[in-house]
Amino acid sequence: MPEWRYVLAGLLVMFTVTVLLRAAPFVLLGRVRESGLLRFLAATMPAGVMVILTVYTLRDVPLAGAGPAAAGLAATLGLHLWRRSALLSIIAGTAVYMLALHLS
Amino acid sequence: MGLGLYPLGVAFGVLLVQSGFAWWWAPVFSSLIYAGSLEFLAIGLLLAVTPLASVAVTTFLVNFRHVFYGLSFPLHRVRGRAAKAYSVYTLTDEAYALAAARPHLTGRRIVAIQAFCQAYWVLGGVTGALLGAALPGTVRGLDFALTALFAVLAVDGWRATRDVPGPILALLSALAALLVAKGQLLVVALGLYVAALTVRYLLRGRRA
Repeated sequence: MPEWRYVLAGLLVMFTVTVLLRAAPFVLLGRVRESGLLRFLAATMPAGVMVILTVYTLRDVPLAGAGPAAAGLAATLGLHLWRRSALLSIIAGTAVYMLALHLS
Repeated sequence: MGLGLYPLGVAFGVLLVQSGFAWWWAPVFSSLIYAGSLEFLAIGLLLAVTPLASVAVTTFLVNFRHVFYGLSFPLHRVRGRAAKAYSVYTLTDEAYALAAARPHLTGRRIVAIQAFCQAYWVLGGVTGALLGAALPGTVRGLDFALTALFAVLAVDGWRATRDVPGPILALLSALAALLVAKGQLLVVALGLYVAALTVRYLLRGRRA
């Protein structure tokens, strides 16, 4: 377990950067609004960032033992494209993963 | 809509305690990082003692979308410096979606909604942490909930824009980073992705 001082410092860094991002448009209103690149990035980044975070959480899964993760991911994506219920997709996807992990 | 924050908070609390943190870290985490996906990410980042500079860059890139919420968020209706500061601090995806879609809301109502959303979020985290602490040992495979959450958010993000090259570039960036810089995967992948999007934007501008 990391030292509590480090954890608190890390949390404060995240707090500061997040609040600065949220406050930025009220301070630099015009410049942000006029930048075509910033607009483009803000519109296209969220979906891609989430794809990267998904891969990040799976970085330590060995290729040979990827079955449960693949099953869980397929269940999550399939359910979400079909039913559009975030809670259902997450709970069912995790259940499929845990079951596959138990069986493998 | 704000009610959806409660179960998500519970999931966060359970994961936090199952990762080895004491239960009282839950309210500290969810008060300081009031931003869903980043807060889940924080568990792994801090557990791995990631350098603070990497933590800052990751936060910046993961939460970059917030830069645009302010442009259409009705902050001018919120009266008073303290209320305005609180409103900016709690300007999450949910708060933005709730306020931007309802032009008749008064400033007082907007701040009240934000406070309720945050209360759901923090209370959910505490509930989850106590629940997680009560579970015997660790539940194997529970951490997959985080993967599922990000996958769900990726689908929602894609639905909002229907942009196909974006997620594909992101996947390629992530796989490239996995191969060459696994230890710094997040920062390298996010950097590559922003670079790829910038090139794409410049190419598009030249054609238009």
